[in-house]
Parts: sequence; structure tokens; C-alpha cells
Amino acid sequence: MKALKYDPLDIVVTGVGGQGNVLASQVLGLALLTAGYEVTVGETYGLSQRGGSVTSQVRVSSGPVLGPMMPDHRATAIVSLEPLEALRLLGVYGHPGVVVLTNDRPLRPLGVLAGEQLYPEPAELRATLESLCAKLYWLPATAAALELGNHILANVVLLGALCGLDLLPIGAAEVEAALGDMFPESKMALNREALAKGLALVRAA
Amino acid sequence: MADVSKLAPGQKVLMQGNEAIARGALEAGVSLAAAYPGNPSSEILQTLADSARSAGIYVEWSTNEKVALESAAAASYAGLRGMASMKQNGVNVAQDFICNLTISGTKGGLVLVTCDDPSGVSSTNEQDARFIARVACLPLLEPATPAECLKLTKLAFELSEQIGNLVVLRGLARLSHTRAGVTPGPLPEAKPRPHWDPNERWFTIPVVPRHQVMLDKLAQAGELIAAAGVNYYDGPVRPELLVIASGSSRLYADEARRLVGAGGRVGILHMGATWPLDQELILEHLARADKILFAEEVDPHIESGVKSIYAQHVRELGLKDFYGQETGHKPPIGELSPSRVAAAMADILGLPWQETDPAYLAKAKAAQALVAPRQVGFCPGCPHRASYWSMKQVLSADGREGIVSGDIGCYTMGVLPTGYERVNAVHCMGSGPGIASGLGKLRSQGFEQPVISVVGDSTFFHAALPALVNARWNNSDYVLVVLDNSATAMTGFQPHPGTGSTAMGQAGTAVDVEQICAGLGLPYTVLDPYDLEATQEALYDALQIGGGLRVLIFRRTCALVQNKRGGHPWRMSVDPQLCRGEDCGCDRFCTRVFRCPGLVFDQATGKTVLDEVVCVGCGVCAQICPAGAIKARPKEATA
Ligand code: SF4
Ligand code: SF4
Repeated sequence: MKALKYDPLDIVVTGVGGQGNVLASQVLGLALLTAGYEVTVGETYGLSQRGGSVTSQVRVSSGPVLGPMMPDHRATAIVSLEPLEALRLLGVYGHPGVVVLTNDRPLRPLGVLAGEQLYPEPAELRATLESLCAKLYWLPATAAALELGNHILANVVLLGALCGLDLLPIGAAEVEAALGDMFPESKMALNREALAKGLALVRAA
Repeated sequence: MADVSKLAPGQKVLMQGNEAIARGALEAGVSLAAAYPGNPSSEILQTLADSARSAGIYVEWSTNEKVALESAAAASYAGLRGMASMKQNGVNVAQDFICNLTISGTKGGLVLVTCDDPSGVSSTNEQDARFIARVACLPLLEPATPAECLKLTKLAFELSEQIGNLVVLRGLARLSHTRAGVTPGPLPEAKPRPHWDPNERWFTIPVVPRHQVMLDKLAQAGELIAAAGVNYYDGPVRPELLVIASGSSRLYADEARRLVGAGGRVGILHMGATWPLDQELILEHLARADKILFAEEVDPHIESGVKSIYAQHVRELGLKDFYGQETGHKPPIGELSPSRVAAAMADILGLPWQETDPAYLAKAKAAQALVAPRQVGFCPGCPHRASYWSMKQVLSADGREGIVSGDIGCYTMGVLPTGYERVNAVHCMGSGPGIASGLGKLRSQGFEQPVISVVGDSTFFHAALPALVNARWNNSDYVLVVLDNSATAMTGFQPHPGTGSTAMGQAGTAVDVEQICAGLGLPYTVLDPYDLEATQEALYDALQIGGGLRVLIFRRTCALVQNKRGGHPWRMSVDPQLCRGEDCGCDRFCTRVFRCPGLVFDQATGKTVLDEVVCVGCGVCAQICPAGAIKARPKEATA
């Protein structure tokens, strides 16, 4: 078992209901548990299906079992399927050393659709995120998923991207094996491609 | 959910707290499990339902939580083990039965699981259901991790059978939905055949001597709990600060002492069982520390219990400082967190505590001005949006300041902008028709506003029926609108009596809302809420008639269920030539007022555009556009 670079390793996985971030956190949790670490995956999904924010917390340690909630402003990384959600969570878990990996595709809240609130311009959002973290990966995960034929694969693209950073004690192969535990083989070809696309995106970044 | 009866004993797997409770029940040999769906508890019964056939047990969704517990008690009287699971509100529904059951007693192990929801993430309140243990003198277990969920569920059955009374297991929303490593144990080989010895009778009289028996059982439970070792201490022999904690707060306290760098100075008394409180253990640890902090969610259940023990022993213990809800070191509302406990510890021990660099904090906080809130709303194509739209139109045309009495389900969101804030009151399951019943009897004293009570199909069976009988009997004047979407959508699409299917996927007998109305002698009309004109006409007429209780059934399948069943019929488009944009119906009528997320106002062109990824094609918005700009064409024709 490889030593953890960060112990505890605290990864926030966030997005909007229906984007598949709960699945992404489960896959990550399963891969890390299989690799022998203590893993706690905390999920909140109250009214998630109806347009709300959904956040899960993947907590990994080599020592004591951790609770389902991480301390504020101590996350190792924030992985977000929606860029505004990344900024929302920096207000809770962010600190100068945090790494942020986010999909660049906005999903506008109801109030924005109704014209009551504004969604920041992409450039402003990106610059603000950049100013609040050690390193920002602003990735076209939805676009990459659409190239594979389904926007829902954005979560797997981001998992692939996460594997390309030097944060996890495991690699894409372990994540792929965990995906294989949850999906039938017929779906795995696409999942493999999505992981590979994510890896390629961070390498290019 | 997965069939957890197939898991290999001894092999560690990633398991959700709720799944671990289900597995624990199977390992304890549960024979009958029943529940009413309610987040955060729903996955317990769903997991058992999906494991029922291979485990050879009976699992049902019951009409409500009281019936669920009564069914489970039947198994107990027949010598088997039973379990009922529910969210915190459900404990209130079952309470009358519980308070009598605790006097009559039980035979086979009987366990009640309550999943509390601190912060009310998916609830109308954040009630601490541990009160039931005090009120009904029942042993109470509180796991902290999924692994403990399994272990304490098994213990709960043992304990129940040993003392002959119900045992309560308290979960928490976070724990219910936390996944962590769990190592399953073996499943039981064979279970006894159910039989109720006709010489055995279970009742509560004579009350006073039986009350004593109940108290004796609780005392016996205290001894068994102490022997089981579920309460334990972890820390230095004489800690500067003793934390007494239960549930997830035990883990928060453990992390907090590391965060503030006080590992060697802080001890934690882990309470796996919080009723009855282990007096001997508590006294032993009170004697070794002068400062005591309580960490628990939501009410000061342990705090008040420990302080009362202390009051009896103050002479031998001497002066102590207690920190908790009374001193503001534990919030009286909302969830706890490692940070909150760390802040309390730092304050008590006089240590510095900083979440992160203050300059960063200020910057991150300022940046939140860019972040629009993400308010929840009805799904695209949701029949409830159409229903509330019609109520809004009709009540405004009616002009008599009509009142809508709400209830519990997705349609509770009628209080929010997504439902045009059309609902005037929401409380608990079935309270809507009850309040309407009272309003409808104020006519003779001059109450002239029309009254609509909205109730979902699942809620109709859960708790609305007595209120309807009441209204019928007393001739109360209101319109009941049954929002029949053929699902318990809010909690994960469980079947209910009206659907006719059961938890284990077998055919039950569908209970028909129309037949119930007919049986009560209530006039009713069935409508499709997607047909706005017909719905509004019928609702308007129903409001004008007056008289007694009358029923409109708005029947249309939940949009999410429909998506899985082949989807909706229309392909939508917006004609930019016809769209009036900001001049439409006092400005952007469809996006600003109707607000289906499938319609987006494009600031650049000043026109509405359709988001084809979001729109499901229900066709409703085409009926509301005054300019006829929103078009619906059949999907097949364009494909
Ligand atoms: S789940 Fe169904 S009933 Fe609930 S908001 Fe969505 S479409 Fe409406
Ligand atoms: S047809 Fe109109 S109302 Fe229905 S989902 Fe699409 S945009 Fe919403």
C-alpha cells in the first residue's frame, strides 16, 4: 500500500443533481477501499433530483476511521461537474493550497433562467476560481463526454483527470477496475475512453 | 439497492449505513420488515426488499409508520424477529402504538429504526426522535459508522429479545448515506416457524404493576448494555477535557482534538447506547475530569441526562464545568461538524483555532457574491407545475383570495417559486385536508375564501383518510385536489396502495382513489393536469359550487417515471419571430412566471429559447404562451 501524500486525503466531489457526482464518489471510494485504505464517503442528496446542489466527500486515511464530514477549509481537492458549484464550495472547503478540477460547462440555476439572477461570465468565473486555489484545472469535460456520445460521461472524464494528478495513491487502472464492478462490460468500453480522455485533458493542461 | 444477503461473510465491502442496517437485520434473522418511505431512511427497507426472496423473509412498504411497526410487532408475537424503519417524523405517527407496546411487551426481537435528519436536508423539520426512548422507556442505540450500523442492529435484536421490549436504533442522515468499509458476518441457518401460543396475551392492564415491569426491563437493559461494551472511553487517564459524544459526533470529536493539537489532553467517552445512560461509567469518568463537553445532534439528550446524574452525586464529585448547548458550545440547531467541535474545544482549552488564512477567508467569502443560489424546483415536465399553474390562474380569476392547504411530497414545493408560492400551509402527512376541514366549517361565521386542499396519492392513503371522513361527516366546504402522479416520487418512487405493486415486486391489490371517494359519497372528477383548459374549467366550477367536500383527481404520471417509460410525446420549439420577449405578459411570461427550466431567456437576443437537453416534451408550455410562439410537434413526425 502506497503511503498517502496527504493524510487524510479529502476530496470534495460536487455538481448539480443528475450529473452523476454521487456515482463518481462511489467509484473513487471503492477503488481506494480495494487498495486497502480507510475510506469514508459522505453523501448529501436531499432534494437533489430537483435541481439542487449535490456534494459528496471522499475521505481517505491510513489511520483512524473518519467521519462523513470533513473540516471546513481543509479539502485536498475539489472536483466539480459545474464551475459555479466549485466556487460555492471554495467558500466552505477552500484554502490557499487546494487543487480545483472543474468542468467548464455551466448549468444555470432556476433564478438565472428566470432572469432574476446573473451567472458570471466564464472568464470572470475562471479568474475568480484561479485566485482561490493553488492550481485550477478548467476542463471541457462535458464537451469530451459529448464526443463520446453522452454528456453523462463527464463524471468519468473528471475521474480520469483526477487520476492524472499526483494526489491519489492509486491510478486510472484501479479506478477502471472499480467502474467495472459497477457497470456491465458492455458499458466499459465507453468508460475506458472517458477515463483516457480525462487523463489526456490534464496532461495537456 | 443490492441484494445484501449474497455478500460473502468476512469480506470487507463498501457499504452505505442504511444498507449495513439492512444486512445487520438479516444477520440477526429478521423475518418481517416494514416501513413507510421517508428520506433519509428509505434505503433500509428497499435493500431488504431486494434481498427478501433470497433471504426467505417478508418485506413490505406499509401505508404508514404506525402500521409498519404494528406489522413488525405481529412477527414478534408469532415468535419471530421484526423491524420497522422510518424517518424521524414517522416516530410521531407510530408513537401511540409505541407507548402501549412498551407496557404490553414483546416476544421475538423487535427493533425500531429512526433515521433523524439534523439540518432537515430532506425533511420538514429536524426533530430529534430520541425523545421516544425517554417517553416510552426504551433502550436506545446510536451507531457512528456503517460498520457499527451492522453491529448495533444485531445487538438491538438480542437486547429486545432478552428484555422483552422494543429497542430503538437511531441513525442520522449523514450516516445513513455514508459509505465505508463493512465486514459482514454469517447469516442464520434456520428460523423458527411462526406460532402465537394462544395462552400468551399482550395488553397493558392493570396499568400500574405493568408500568413497573416496563421500568424493570429498562433497568435490565442497562445492565446488558454495560456488559456489551458499546460505551467506551478513549483518551488519557485524567483528561483536561472529557467529551461525551454519540453518533457521528464521536468521529467529529476525535478529529477535532487532532485539529486543535490537543490529542493528549482530550478524552472521549463514546456512547453507543444513550438510553438508559450507563450511570456507573459516567460517574467514573466525571470523577477524572473537571471540564466536560457534550457532542451530539440535535437535542441535549445526553447533556441533560448526565447533568441529572451529576446533580445526584455533586458532593462526591465536586465542582465541574459543563460545556454544551447551555453554554453555546454545541449549537441547538443544525448538524455538528468537526470544525464546530474543534472551535468549541479550542475555546474551552484556550488554544488558537483558525480554519484557514483570514485573508483567504475574506476573499472566498466576497467571491460568493457571484454565486447564485440553486433553488430546488419541479422537474421539467412535472405534472405538479401544471397543476399549480392552473390553481394560480383559477384562484386569481375567482378573486376571493382562495387558500391552498398543502401536504407532504414533491408538491410541498408549492410553497416555493417553482409552485408560484401558491401553497399557504404545510405541516405533516395528512395535515392539509384536516386544516381545510376546519376552514370549511368557518362559513357560518363569515369565512368566505374558497379552500383547496392538495394531497398526493401516497399521502392520501398514509394519513389523509381520517380527515376526509371528518370533512364528509361534518359537511365541511372545500375542494380536495388529489395530485395523483402514481408514485411516491419524493422518496425514490416506491409503490403505494394505489399502484397495486408491492415492496417485493409482487402484485398486490390496487386500492382505487375513485372507489374510496365513491364509498364516502364524495362527488369526484378525474382530470389530466397537462390539459390546462379542462383542468382550469373544472377547478373553477368546483370552487363556485360550494356545499360539501368535492374531489378533483389530477392524474398524470411523475415526469421522471414517464422518462423511464418511453418519454413524452412532443418535440418543442420557440419561434423567435413570434416570441415577444420582454414585452410578453408583463415581461418574459414563460421564463419569468411559468418557469419550467426547459425554457431559457436568452439575454443576447431578448427571446426565449428552448433547452433541448432539459425539456422533456410534455407540451404544457405551448398552452401558456399568449403569442403562440412555443410550438409542440409530435416527436414521431419529426424523427
Ligand atoms: S420527481 Fe416527479 S413528481 Fe417529483 S418533481 Fe420530479 S416530476 Fe414532479
Ligand atoms: S414542453 Fe415546455 S413545460 Fe414541458 S418540459 Fe419542455 S419546456 Fe418544460
